[in-house]
Amino acid sequence: MLRRPFFWIIALVIVVFVTVPTIGNNVSLREGLALAAVYIVLASNLNLMLGYAGYVNFGSIVFFGLGGYICVWLVNSYSWPLGFSLLAAGVGVSGLALVFGFGILRLRGPFFALATIGVNEAVQAFVENFKPWGGSSGIYISPQVFQPLGGAGRALWVIYFLLVAAMGASLYLSYAIKTSKFGLGLLAIGQNEDAAAILGVPTPRYKALVYSASAFLPAITGGLYFFKSAFIQPSDAFDLSLSTEAIVICMLGGQGTVTGVALGAYLYEELRGYLLTSPLFSNFQLVIAGVLLLVIVLFFPSGLMGWVYSRFPGTQRVLE
Amino acid sequence: MPPVPAAASQPPTNMLGILASIIDGVLVGLVYGLAAMGLTLIWGVMDVINLTHGAMIVAGMFALYLLVSALGINPYVALPPVLIGGFFVGLALYWIAIHRMIGRPPLMSLLSTFAVNLVLIGIGTGIWGTALFNVAVSLPGVSFGRYTFPGAHILAAVLAAVIAAALYLFLQKTRIGKALRAVANNREAAELVGIPTTRLLAIAVGCGVALAGVSGVLIGTLFPFTVLSGDGYQLKGFIVTVLGGFGNPVGALLGGVALGLLEGIVTPFVPVSWTLVIEFVLFVLVLIAFPGGIFSTRRGAL
Repeated sequence: MLRRPFFWIIALVIVVFVTVPTIGNNVSLREGLALAAVYIVLASNLNLMLGYAGYVNFGSIVFFGLGGYICVWLVNSYSWPLGFSLLAAGVGVSGLALVFGFGILRLRGPFFALATIGVNEAVQAFVENFKPWGGSSGIYISPQVFQPLGGAGRALWVIYFLLVAAMGASLYLSYAIKTSKFGLGLLAIGQNEDAAAILGVPTPRYKALVYSASAFLPAITGGLYFFKSAFIQPSDAFDLSLSTEAIVICMLGGQGTVTGVALGAYLYEELRGYLLTSPLFSNFQLVIAGVLLLVIVLFFPSGLMGWVYSRFPGTQRVLE
Repeated sequence: MPPVPAAASQPPTNMLGILASIIDGVLVGLVYGLAAMGLTLIWGVMDVINLTHGAMIVAGMFALYLLVSALGINPYVALPPVLIGGFFVGLALYWIAIHRMIGRPPLMSLLSTFAVNLVLIGIGTGIWGTALFNVAVSLPGVSFGRYTFPGAHILAAVLAAVIAAALYLFLQKTRIGKALRAVANNREAAELVGIPTTRLLAIAVGCGVALAGVSGVLIGTLFPFTVLSGDGYQLKGFIVTVLGGFGNPVGALLGGVALGLLEGIVTPFVPVSWTLVIEFVLFVLVLIAFPGGIFSTRRGAL
């Protein structure tokens, strides 16, 4: 793996994310990059399902939201240190996803997609009624919890570096799965599930495993995100528009590619920043996302990387 | 105001109260069944899950609101124009988002209809925000001991049943209906005997969207609504479809009644906010246990 150029490309991206905002303590650049990192984590983990196995998960945000809740709750009610809370969030949500994945492994194609919508709604409705997590008013954390990280100012930097770490881990996970036998099996499922099963791919197990794997890093990222904002409530944690944006990003960059999805996430974050500040488009952000998605699905189903691959065939050997 | 059936607004303490709540649940359930019919019709004919369904239901609600507030007409007079308008919107939807997706992986049609849904909801929230709208319907209710069933619930249920029966007759008796069933059964064979399949796929989407719009009008006469209400009714539509069997419009009506019954039984005992949790858990469980639907017949039996 160390001899492959793509490994070092990911490493370079991480180094850029770490060093550029630290030069001159550029806080506004850091916030932009932090959001881009969140998008990259969400989109590249969704890509494991959507791009590799060909299963659309409309409720991928449920991992992010649940992870956020578990982490904030452990930090706030049980004074767990951040690191353990994050780990608990990741392991807990991943475990739940595995159990649930084995439950819905019988579902194929669009039925699975419907189940994922139902899961998100059910979890949100449950959390809104769940008293230990504050019901619909959510949980606030007191600023005290930032003390172990050296005060609020330093804590934001620590959280940023952790977010970048989660982003790097997501990219390496996508890359490692894609080049493994497991990934090959997933891609076979994406092409033709019946044929894959006949050729000996344990399709239900692989689907449940990838569902679980795609939950781990989004849960940790959710923990970091909501720890940073020191507040979590159901409508933010299970905001379906983030799931939607993750789908748009995957399709924009090119589903099934690692580079494309990361690139798509960065581009989308820039586009979104522009749209939010422009007075004409700020109310119509979802409309733009929808039109973008429709145009990609109708006319450019292989996304940005599809164009790059066909224009510069040599890149296929370097960029996964 | 949460959409509580009026008959169950005071917690009933006796059997009669529970019975009243169940009957009201069935009345509302018939409307849910109608809402799901458009979804299941499109699925049955072309194996496409129309994720714009919720937005189309909302479009029906807002068409009702605009017609009633601008022209001052009776809410039920809005049904025919919405039916016809919905049909043409459906034709447009087919040519924009679905036609190119026929024969491609199901992921693609899910994403394209989802994208159209985003656009419609985005435009709706841009214009109306997320404010609550309400269409007042004054109809005498039917009293039953201490309980009164609102007239709007009864009329909506009757109209839903009539429209469902009309759809059934359309599919069974007319030439276009028979051709639609042929396309649902086997598209290649239908094409071979000279049925213009593409045109019929467009007609099926037109009918599906028209049904969504009409059910939106009926729901709009029962409960207050926002631009975002569609998502909830679309999910109810999925639950009903899963209960009733995919691609089976008559099953959808039964599924709707089953969901209404469930809501009627559950509302007297648990807070309203929990009914959603129970419904979605049931949805996922049924989807796992009966991937083809509980009342499902064999595939292609539209």
